[in-house]
Amino acid sequence: MGHDCTETLEELYHFLDGECTPEKRAKIEQHLEDCPPCFEAFDFEAEIKEYVRSKCREKSPKDLRARIADAIGLEQSSEV
Amino acid sequence: MADQATFSEQAMPFMDSLYGAAMRMTRNPADAEDLVQETYLKAYRGFGGFEQGTNLKAWLYRILTNTYINLYRKRQRRPDETDLAEVEDLYLYRRLGGLEAATAGRSAEDELMELFTETEIKEAMEALPENFRIAVLLADVEGFAYKEIAEILEIPIGTVMSRLHRGRKQLQKQLYEFAVARGLAEPEGEDRGTVETAAAEASATVESGS
Repeated sequence: MGHDCTETLEELYHFLDGECTPEKRAKIEQHLEDCPPCFEAFDFEAEIKEYVRSKCREKSPKDLRARIADAIGLEQSSEV
Repeated sequence: MADQATFSEQAMPFMDSLYGAAMRMTRNPADAEDLVQETYLKAYRGFGGFEQGTNLKAWLYRILTNTYINLYRKRQRRPDETDLAEVEDLYLYRRLGGLEAATAGRSAEDELMELFTETEIKEAMEALPENFRIAVLLADVEGFAYKEIAEILEIPIGTVMSRLHRGRKQLQKQLYEFAVARGLAEPEGEDRGTVETAAAEASATVESGS
């Protein structure tokens, strides 16, 4: 693993989180094109991140919206 | 200044995502519902202080997080983050990353689906110590930027990054333990050469069963 690889892997999450400067981003993208092992590691982490995102979603219970509307309604009527 | 008359119209579209975060925080539906309701009530009362044009979602998450910390945290006993062992970078990748080569032609997502169920992902998230869990939730599930997370949690950006870093590694370690428990990966310390074989067998079973 070369110096570029170490440097690229250190930036892995900043890159995936969209927190790199454009210059840094371009440099990493270039390295990933040239380096299959780094590309694979980045791809794996990106997949995990996306998988966690998709599995942690929830649909709220049907009556929650009504419950909140009622609570806000009560609040409004007590303001008068 | 924000007008309370437009509160519901502006704030209610975030209910599902707030509820999702509340579920991961409180770990049960009844408390999650109460937490979301309390968040909306507080947000409604304080809406006059919200500056129109700024990030309403982040503002709501800040109220959610503060409410959770004040109301619910005391009730729950959880592991202390200082007890956590240090986990190496790329923890899962180094153990499972050979998968794609072993099962060519299948998407990484399909492979992850066979390795980890939705329940396991949620459990792994909920097992994280609170500070890490909230940081990972805000970044990976809600997609907030580091700066926004720093504002929501009122901590420095450096702290956000270190919580994310440690939290994600810890999450991967937990996921790996689930895979081991289901016989899809070899326990730590044994020959890693057989991990790919176990995963290939697991996917072969799934394929033949479909």
